[in-house]
Amino acid sequence: MALTPVTPQTPGFTAAVAAGAGAFFGLFVGTAQATGLIGILIGAALLGALGFVFAGMTDKEKPLRWATFALFVVLGYILGGLPEAVLGGLFGWFAGWFIFWLATSRYRQHLAPYLTPGQVLWHYTFRVICGVIFVFLITPILVVMPLSFNAEDFFTFTPEMLRFDPAGYSLKHYQDFFTNDDWQQALWNSIKIAPMATLLSVSFGTLAAIGLSQPHVPFRRAIMAILISPMIVPLIISAAGMYFFYSRIGMQGTYFGVVLAHAALGIPFVIITVTATLVGFDRSLTRAAANMGADPITTFFRVQMPLILPGVISGGLFAFITSFDEVVVVLFVGSAGQKTLPWQMFTGLREQISPTILAVATILVAISICLLTVLELLRRRSERLRGMSPG
Amino acid sequence: MSDTTQSGPVLAADGTPLKRSLARALRMQKLRALMLIAPLLLFILLTFILPIADMLFRSVENRIVSDTLPKTVVALQEWDANSGEAPGEDVYAALAADLIVAVEAKTHTRLGTRLNYEMTGISSLFRKSGRKVKRWDLAEDAPFKEKFIDIDKDWADPEVWRTIQTYSPKYTNGYFLNSIDMQKGADGAEARPENQQIYITLFQRTMFMSLVITASCIVLAYPIAWILANLPARSANLLMILVLLPFWTSLLVRTSAWKVMLQQQGVINDVLVWLGLVADDARLVMINNQFGTIVAMTHILLPFMILPMYSVMQTINPSYLRAAKSLGATNWTAFWRVYFPQSVPGIGAGSILVFILAIGYYITPEIVGGTKGVFISNRIAYHISSSLNWGLAAALGAILLVVVLLLYWAYDKIVGIDNVKLG
Repeated sequence: MALTPVTPQTPGFTAAVAAGAGAFFGLFVGTAQATGLIGILIGAALLGALGFVFAGMTDKEKPLRWATFALFVVLGYILGGLPEAVLGGLFGWFAGWFIFWLATSRYRQHLAPYLTPGQVLWHYTFRVICGVIFVFLITPILVVMPLSFNAEDFFTFTPEMLRFDPAGYSLKHYQDFFTNDDWQQALWNSIKIAPMATLLSVSFGTLAAIGLSQPHVPFRRAIMAILISPMIVPLIISAAGMYFFYSRIGMQGTYFGVVLAHAALGIPFVIITVTATLVGFDRSLTRAAANMGADPITTFFRVQMPLILPGVISGGLFAFITSFDEVVVVLFVGSAGQKTLPWQMFTGLREQISPTILAVATILVAISICLLTVLELLRRRSERLRGMSPG
Repeated sequence: MSDTTQSGPVLAADGTPLKRSLARALRMQKLRALMLIAPLLLFILLTFILPIADMLFRSVENRIVSDTLPKTVVALQEWDANSGEAPGEDVYAALAADLIVAVEAKTHTRLGTRLNYEMTGISSLFRKSGRKVKRWDLAEDAPFKEKFIDIDKDWADPEVWRTIQTYSPKYTNGYFLNSIDMQKGADGAEARPENQQIYITLFQRTMFMSLVITASCIVLAYPIAWILANLPARSANLLMILVLLPFWTSLLVRTSAWKVMLQQQGVINDVLVWLGLVADDARLVMINNQFGTIVAMTHILLPFMILPMYSVMQTINPSYLRAAKSLGATNWTAFWRVYFPQSVPGIGAGSILVFILAIGYYITPEIVGGTKGVFISNRIAYHISSSLNWGLAAALGAILLVVVLLLYWAYDKIVGIDNVKLG
């Protein structure tokens, strides 16, 4: 959908902007090879020339873009080798797209016609800024994944990895994770603790959330503040308090103590998600059920529960991930027998640094992607049930 | 209602006055709601609130001195700490009697450790005396003053006795004084020597770094929230994944990722060296200092800032901005005078949330903070697990808790806890 009718740009304009981009990237290539200044000059000249030529040939976009791509792959290969060829390919693809994006004025098409050139420039500058922040958000997580396949015991990319040499990659850290007793015990402990804690916090939390969403609740605000407080109070304080108290009553270092502590930490999440779901719940449905002779328990399980189930499940997922991820409280309340996965990672990071941590991290990222997908599906289902979105 | 001659209250079907019948129904409703909440409330009170109350109690509790040395404490009441002389024989006799019992129960070393927090050297004094006192007999070996001073001449030091006297009450504010770099001196509270002052600095650093983290979160989250709120729903949902994925990824995964990125042989330094921006022998030090903590925690807490900002910005009507521009406002004026004030509630909600979370952080500073980038939480953890000075840990925790609860109260007033949203 084009908002603004456009005409192709002049070769001069295209060449000038492309030369600017070329100078910017040339600077980095230049500093890596010899000096920055030469890089700037060569980059600006190269892209400027391409821009000038391509601006007149906008009808042959596809072949020209392939040609640019090939040109930069070859250039990269000559300068460095395989890794540089990949980078060159990426840059070539970008350069081809960028020049034609400028030359055909496609960048102007989707913006309102009354914008001044300054506003158009700001529009795209802003997008670039946002892009940089998104990169900041996601890069740390992406970097961990390839490093977990490292064949060496390092936390860095080895030259073999950068050359895409198969010898540089291996699954040995994954193998270590699946065969090492410490890690397996920790995984097993996490699997034992998290579901119990989740069960406790979901059952208590759902009940209380239903109570809290009744029309007349005395001291509602104060009760809510108390129930949410485990999320707000710094973990170290909760951990210290529980450590002192549980050791007084002999529950420090027991499985049950850790489960209770984790259940308390997960409750705010259940309360928040379930009360949010109950806001959209139609009370006349329970009255209708009662009217037709259903007792309160039947009403709850047959009418109310199916409708608020998405909220309950996502609250449960939050509670599960809280317990599965928690390290501070278990560090103090648990003993060596309750060593969980995060605890093992924490000691791994502090003491013996082994890339097995990165393999575990990659597995955990995969798990969180699954959880995120489940949550998103639940959210859509819940919106559909409430008629908030079509489809 | 048709019969106007009938007086008296309106009646319900069963003959009770309607007013009372309604009041009873309301009471039943309230009771039912409370019954539903009660199990959870009880659970939270037992597993969470009670432990914290217990911790707060520990920060003032000081029974150990009067429990271990009951007779000495009574005898010491008469003694004037400012006299500059050691107390008389009656106090030493009482001490001998108390210590014989204490050594039997092996509690004298714990008392020594406790008093050692206040005056270094007392711990070894008690341990040493305990070994000798064990062989004494109360009736035959009197007088004791000379004997104690024979064991260690520190027993003649009025300072030792002053410390015992100062900490003999059952409750003390000593831990709190300690946690603001003060101590109980001869006449009331006084500042600690310069070289022992660490907590005020640590509190200031925690505050300062939390503020920096909050500020950088605001700066980074604002554009993201803006673009998410203003893009078409499809692309916004896609980009939202980039925000939610870090949010859902394990904290330790993100922390280890930053360790991988920031260390001297790490990814960022490698890239900078490869680009020739930094010489190989002058790699940047970005970890185990304040910079590392700030970068890693900004990344970890960023989603908590983006999500509240996004939910507020979604409700701002974009036509206001267009209206302002069509009335002649420049881009900047339209943003600053029209859009920004409407987005302030989002900034407020996010900032308080991020600040509350930042101020109590433990894991990330512990791993990437080194010695210069740690928070007060790390000190609390140190006192619980390494130095075993639980009273001081409790006092530091109590101060931190008060700050957080104040912020929580403000958050409740400004945003309302009902409005907290997740994901």
